[in-house]
Amino acid sequence: MAKNKNMRPPMNVPKGTLGRVIKQLFKDYPARMTLVLVCLLVTAVASTLPAIFMGQTVTLVEKGLVEGIDTVYGGIVKIALSLLIVYVISLTCSVTYTRTMAIVTQGFLNKMRQRMFAGMQRLPIRYFDTHTHGDIMSYYTNDIDTLRQLISQSLPNMITALIVIVMVVAIMFYYSFWMTLVVFLGVVAMMLVTKFVGGNSAHFFVRQQQSMAKVEGFVEEIMNGQKVVQVFCHEEESKKDFDRLNEQLFKDAESANRFANILMPILGNIGNILYVAVAIVGGVLMVLKVPNLSLSGLPLTIAAVVPFINMTRQFTGNVSQISQQVNAVVMAQAGAARIFALMDEEPETDNGYVTLVNCREKNGQIVECTERTGMWAWKHPHQADGTVTYTRLAGDVVLDHVDFGYVPEKIVLHDVSLYAEPGQKVAFVGATGAGKTTITNLINRFYDIADGKIRYDGININKIKKADLRRSLGVILQDTNLFTGTVMENIRYGKLDATDEECIAAAKLANAHDFIRRLPDGYDTMLTANGANLSQGQRQLLSIARAAVADPPVMIMDEATSSIDTRTEALVQKGMDQLMKGRTVFVIAHRLSTVRNSDVIMVLEQGRIIERGNHEKLIAEKGKYYQLYTGAFELE
Amino acid sequence: MLKRLAGCIREYKTASILSPVIVMLEVVIECIIPFLTAELVNEIKAGCELNELLKFGAILLVLAACSLTCGWLAGHFCATAACGFAKNLRKDLFYNVQRFSFGNIDKFSTSSLVTRLTTDVANVQMAYMMLVRTAFRSPFMLIFAFFMAFYMGGKMAWVFAVVIPILGFGLFLIARKAMPIFRKVFRKYDNLNNSVQENIQGMRVVKAYVREDREIEKFGVAAEDVCADFTRAEKLLAFNNPLMQLCLHVVMLVVIFFGSQLIINSGGAELDVGQLSALLTYGMQILMSLMMLSMIFVMITMSAESARRIVEVLDEQSTVTNPQNPRYEVADGSLDFEKVSFKYSAKAKEFALQEINLHIKSGQTVGIIGGTGSSKTTLIQLISRLYDVTEGSVKVGGVDVREYDLETLRNQVAVVLQKNVLFSGSIKENLRWGNLEATDEELIHACKLACAHEFITQFPDGYDTHIEQGGTNVSGGQKQRLCIARALLKKPKVLILDDSTSAVDTHTDAMIRKAFREEIPGTTKLIIAQRISSVEDADVIIVMNGGRIDDIGNHAELLARNAIYQEVYTSQNKGGATDGQE
Repeated sequence: MAKNKNMRPPMNVPKGTLGRVIKQLFKDYPARMTLVLVCLLVTAVASTLPAIFMGQTVTLVEKGLVEGIDTVYGGIVKIALSLLIVYVISLTCSVTYTRTMAIVTQGFLNKMRQRMFAGMQRLPIRYFDTHTHGDIMSYYTNDIDTLRQLISQSLPNMITALIVIVMVVAIMFYYSFWMTLVVFLGVVAMMLVTKFVGGNSAHFFVRQQQSMAKVEGFVEEIMNGQKVVQVFCHEEESKKDFDRLNEQLFKDAESANRFANILMPILGNIGNILYVAVAIVGGVLMVLKVPNLSLSGLPLTIAAVVPFINMTRQFTGNVSQISQQVNAVVMAQAGAARIFALMDEEPETDNGYVTLVNCREKNGQIVECTERTGMWAWKHPHQADGTVTYTRLAGDVVLDHVDFGYVPEKIVLHDVSLYAEPGQKVAFVGATGAGKTTITNLINRFYDIADGKIRYDGININKIKKADLRRSLGVILQDTNLFTGTVMENIRYGKLDATDEECIAAAKLANAHDFIRRLPDGYDTMLTANGANLSQGQRQLLSIARAAVADPPVMIMDEATSSIDTRTEALVQKGMDQLMKGRTVFVIAHRLSTVRNSDVIMVLEQGRIIERGNHEKLIAEKGKYYQLYTGAFELE
Repeated sequence: MLKRLAGCIREYKTASILSPVIVMLEVVIECIIPFLTAELVNEIKAGCELNELLKFGAILLVLAACSLTCGWLAGHFCATAACGFAKNLRKDLFYNVQRFSFGNIDKFSTSSLVTRLTTDVANVQMAYMMLVRTAFRSPFMLIFAFFMAFYMGGKMAWVFAVVIPILGFGLFLIARKAMPIFRKVFRKYDNLNNSVQENIQGMRVVKAYVREDREIEKFGVAAEDVCADFTRAEKLLAFNNPLMQLCLHVVMLVVIFFGSQLIINSGGAELDVGQLSALLTYGMQILMSLMMLSMIFVMITMSAESARRIVEVLDEQSTVTNPQNPRYEVADGSLDFEKVSFKYSAKAKEFALQEINLHIKSGQTVGIIGGTGSSKTTLIQLISRLYDVTEGSVKVGGVDVREYDLETLRNQVAVVLQKNVLFSGSIKENLRWGNLEATDEELIHACKLACAHEFITQFPDGYDTHIEQGGTNVSGGQKQRLCIARALLKKPKVLILDDSTSAVDTHTDAMIRKAFREEIPGTTKLIIAQRISSVEDADVIIVMNGGRIDDIGNHAELLARNAIYQEVYTSQNKGGATDGQE
């Protein structure tokens, strides 16, 4: 999973992504964001005012030096008071804005996270099959993180910097055109440097990411096979390989960071040089008494030069602020684009209107009821005449000339027809890729068929609401997935309102009770990381218990007992047969002893059913099944 | 912990020292520049000569150039130091993991090791970069700028003496209050992301049980919790900036109000206009450094958790080590277990193996059978010291395994693990794991023994066929046979197959066993299997149950007297034929 994190395909950032983030921000927090904007504006404007007051102070001081303190004392007090007022206002705004922004940033991220998660839950299985887990995971880690950067830092910084720059430019023009021109030259230099250094650093950061991905991939592979490394005394070899990759990563990281590190000193010193240049140009202009060109029309005096050079500092500071944010903004745009792409993904469609209801029988009629009766019925409203009919849920599944392909160009199931009568055990046997799991994917509508029909108790499954269809099917999958929580909670996942007794009964049925009791905290043992502390066989027993507690009318077992030894499997099977008596079971297995006692066995090859019948019939036919059974043939 | 980490700096010590030294030089220059500009401003005010101005300009330009060079070099060395440090950390981590025994490996999951080697190292690298650059820069800047302010501003500089402690204390207080919240919330955040991952992996289960709404609700609750904590911490940190501004404002006000009066009253003797603006620049520098310091404080404490996780792996001592005067010769393939008991950790309540006594002659074929959890695998792992016994002793060739050189032992006792792995690379490269110097003929011979030659030659690229990571492009049965060939290349005295032919069809399985019998009669062969057919022709069959040897005998004997063996046999032969494939 980790390996794919850095190998995501580059994403074309659609135009207006940044705008969409900002729009969403205002939509989620209209009042707060407006408040933030107002506060930002006020603080930005306020931050330029001291320079002006500074200029006035210098004028007063000059005057005071000549005419005495008393003539200017009032002026100084006035300036100090105005400054105080400006400060109080700006500080108030500053506190308001930073605190509001903390709330907005975290709240927005939280909202986005939940939106992504809710959106993700509604996506069809196809999405998860075509995207790596690492890729999806990085929406929640890397991409959200770029958004946090953007909202909490880049956006406010850039807004403030822009306002300040506009203000400062205006004030600069107010004092002197010529000196402003010098500043502009400096800014052009800064922009060029940013482009060059930033571009180089970006180039190396990409390479660093690639080297990182290589190291990560290598480490993952070796650590995964660490026991094999040990058994073959291959440690020295893998160290050599690792050193090579590690050295490359070091070189790329070093280059990337060097360029990133020198950007600030360069910009800072261009600022310094500009500062000096402006001072000297100002001085020269004053000395040579060049006629001043300014909005104020005032001559160039020390009272104009001093605030001007102070402002130069502010100006360059803000320009480097912006250039520092450029990288973050670019990254955030890519991140936001990916997040929006996930949220815009088409959710799983469901046009079903037939629902599953509890029912009871009354005078031979099926009557809907609310309590759990252990008897279900399909409620089928008919649009034409507005009537409702009830069909008792029996578990009769029919596939009628079904064609299917995960991609339209490549059909993996050809003309598959089968019928499973209630109470039957139907088994699928065939090599990996023959289409066994695909059939079950179609029955619970993880995927929709291309051609043909699937009927469930005589109803086309397209008409059944997906949630209800799936609720009627118990599935035990090839890969057992357990969730963080206690053993009890994991079993209860099958039926949320199951009592402890029901869960324990299900565990006993699945033959899991014994090992659970021996766990440190029994049924209260916490499972983490997909039950890493359990063996594969134990995980399978738990997932069987989870399905058993759901007590479904139809059960699909996809390699559900592949990691359980044959003795235990026989015990589990006895329990399951008991539970599923009179209900339909689909079994997929490699191990032929698992499927031997099925009512019907289907042998699949390349998406076609090539043999069907019970064990005795297939053995008598001496076909593929017979070959498999006698060990003359290898499945895979 | 710090000492452990510092030990990984090694050849990057020079860069790590040069970087802060140069940074300090840069600071000195940065502090002199405002001093000179103050002079310049005064010169301009005084309406000085043109060449005087230009002289100032030249000096300042040179200084700026020096500062630029310093900044450049510092950035340079700092990148080398931090990236080099990270490189060494990764190297030490990886090397130490290579020393791990099975017991050590069991303690850490693959993903946690990968995270430590990548994300955690990256975090520490960031913190280290901060440390060698900013952590020296800020305090030095603080002190130097403070000194300059006094030198130039005289009495006026006292305002800094008042403001600095207030700001410093405030920042410290905020950081101290926010840190524990951050630490807590980061752990919660990790859990949140874990639950996302769990959901992505288990999406089929979620959908099959129609639990989407429940998962969304559960996630919502956890996300709100994380958000509330983050907001609490961020709201605290949000005071940093206003606090800093407040101090700056105070300085500004005091300087303008009292400074201007001071200039006028003293007639420019104690303070002049140029110095006034320089004072403000220093004020800015001082306060910025304080800000940076508090940021570093936060950053470094945050990376402490990563550092702890790294050191945890670095400090992990291998539980299996080479003896002092090891033996480099293994006499023969005889095996003896004498009163062996074993548990996986000292704390474990129950023994995984108990009172195992077993004597196997060199060259015998031994079958081992037993249910899930009967400790079959544990038993054979003791032979090549993948774990060490808790009590008793295991002997190979009549000598306790703990007396052999580890590499010698493991080369003579080849194990084909149950959870076996092929690595990305060609088939040849994978096979050569068994013997780096193996000739092509030897490779082919081993593959023929393992019944792998035939399918390998059917691949378009034959022995040069590329194997994907984890061997995903070959079938399970093919993978198992390649792994057996790989082990055969060691020409071991003892060969152990831990359920290594489960995906191989019974016919091929029998052929492999026949080849073993005929081609490597001198090698002791231990075969763990689920299938009776895989062991029925062995010289000795061991039936394991609950960590003990239930019975030992040959097929006919066990079938006649052992209940477990009979049960397994019937479960697989109800219809009169052998079990199929797994």
